[in-house]
Amino acid sequence: MATGTARYSFGADEHIFVELSEEMSLEAFFKGMAITTALAKKKVPGVTEICPANASYQVKFDPDVTHPNEMMNLLQQLERDMGSVELELNTRIIEVPVLYNDPWTRETLMRFRERHQDPSSADIEYAARINNFPSVDDFIAAHSGSPWFVSMVGFVAGLPFLFQLVERARQIEVPKYLRPRTDTPKLTVGHGGCFGCIYSVRGAGGYQMFGITPAPIFDPAQGLTYLKEFMCLFRPGDIVKFKAVDRETYDRAVKQVEAGTFDLRIRPVGFSLKKFLADPAGYNHQLEEVLYGN
Amino acid sequence: MAIKVLKPGLATTVQDAGRDGYYNVGIPLSGALDQYSFRAANLLVGNDESAAVLECTLMGPELEFERDALIAVTGAAMTPRVDGTPAACNRALAVKAGSVVTFDIMRSGARAYIAVAGGIDVPVILGSRSTYGLGAFGGFQGRKLQPGDSVPVGEAGARAKPGKRLPDDLAMPLPKELELRVVPGLYFHRITEESAQTFFEDTWTVAPEADRIGYRYKQGRPLKFRERQQPFGAGSDPSNIVDAGYPYGSIQVPGGLEPIILHRDAVSGGGYAMIGTVISADMDKIAQMQPNNKARFVKVDLDAALAARAERSQRLQRLRAALR
Repeated sequence: MATGTARYSFGADEHIFVELSEEMSLEAFFKGMAITTALAKKKVPGVTEICPANASYQVKFDPDVTHPNEMMNLLQQLERDMGSVELELNTRIIEVPVLYNDPWTRETLMRFRERHQDPSSADIEYAARINNFPSVDDFIAAHSGSPWFVSMVGFVAGLPFLFQLVERARQIEVPKYLRPRTDTPKLTVGHGGCFGCIYSVRGAGGYQMFGITPAPIFDPAQGLTYLKEFMCLFRPGDIVKFKAVDRETYDRAVKQVEAGTFDLRIRPVGFSLKKFLADPAGYNHQLEEVLYGN
Repeated sequence: MAIKVLKPGLATTVQDAGRDGYYNVGIPLSGALDQYSFRAANLLVGNDESAAVLECTLMGPELEFERDALIAVTGAAMTPRVDGTPAACNRALAVKAGSVVTFDIMRSGARAYIAVAGGIDVPVILGSRSTYGLGAFGGFQGRKLQPGDSVPVGEAGARAKPGKRLPDDLAMPLPKELELRVVPGLYFHRITEESAQTFFEDTWTVAPEADRIGYRYKQGRPLKFRERQQPFGAGSDPSNIVDAGYPYGSIQVPGGLEPIILHRDAVSGGGYAMIGTVISADMDKIAQMQPNNKARFVKVDLDAALAARAERSQRLQRLRAALR
């Protein structure tokens, strides 16, 4: 693996934190998924939380049940065992409709303009410009044109961090706000550093805001079909494909959400890191065929 | 039986031992921030020690009891009054049907626990009755109590008897200045040698932004991060990392300015370097810190953390034995 050896650290007596790579990479993410999946299967006594993240993971455990040194040895052994594992993932691809440049995030970003790098333009205009897109429409085409990996779920309940499945040179990158906002509309599609996200609840946030989805992704009441199994839609390893929709389609979807009839297009799919890295554009095309084929 | 909320106090929520197993999707532990005092309150009224209770922050509520009840108030020092008559903390108190319980100001500590024999009987969600505020679920309708709420209470057990009291030496200490033991690690190597010293030398003051998510500390010298070419995806500030999971008790220092210790309603991850983790045995102490209380961080290793943990377990055993 190109990621080299991981760095292990005790988070006092109840946690072990493992940094697989200092920088974000799909390889590090995949390695983390493989290790945490294998760890979960082992059902180690005392382990209460196994949390894969972008390029790291952490484990919380009861040190009275399994001694921290024993846990450390076990995790390091898992990493050694992973060396030759084929990095494939059985996962899902999920289409997420987005109304880009919507009035609600625009109203919010205007309220916090003094906290932004460029108070004279909207977040999406700023992002398009610094990423060298000729227009906002071109930016939207790129944002919704290729799939994204859910490389971490968290911050707050059900919030996905998204890593764009394109060559690094083509990845959208933007700074976070100079000072975080105290408000972000629920279901805002945002971006900070190289990561996209969807805000699962209303609240504070520092990511640039590009649009809003009508699709609930976290609902303790579990009203919609796709949230019946669990109150959070996303799991690490899911693949997301954004679809730009117009205001009319957005409004219709919101009505369906209210009526409890809204649903998402979700298909099972396998993902091979090797095949993706060999031909990202061609592989993404195949992913889309799985999403839209019958 | 139910308790009617006449006045809710500042931030009163239903909490229990917490919710394990969902941190990987951003749902934190929740539960009583001071687990020791929470358990003491339950044991006083003859409950299972992990039954749900009311946690009150900085100010008590005003509660009307529909039926006869047995209650106990532990944690922060806040004198209860039953129909205006002062009563003792850390003791099982009989309350008559129709009685109103009020509280004097909190003299020291930051969180009081009100246990009622039978336990607060809100629905169990994902294995716990605890309130998770950011996610708006658990506890009483996923939120802090409000005037007019009718909070359900379960059936009292056979062990519910008035008069039981907590021995003074087993009450939660409530100092205004204390030491918090920290195992350095995680991204500790990212701060300069000098900052690695000053962090442990300075006295830090609890900022007003201190809640169930995290405790912010101020007035220590700012910490400097080592210069580097930021890794891809990490963000531009030297205190930034590629977004990662945050351990409970981990200490992050956005911009190097004010350390934040994450507690049981933690945000589960983010992009700020954590420089160490408060040991499990000291997490209850944080819960009892008021704004303007002071802390010094004391560097310890894993063995010391485990020894402190064992000591805390023994204290809990003594508590159980005393209140059996």
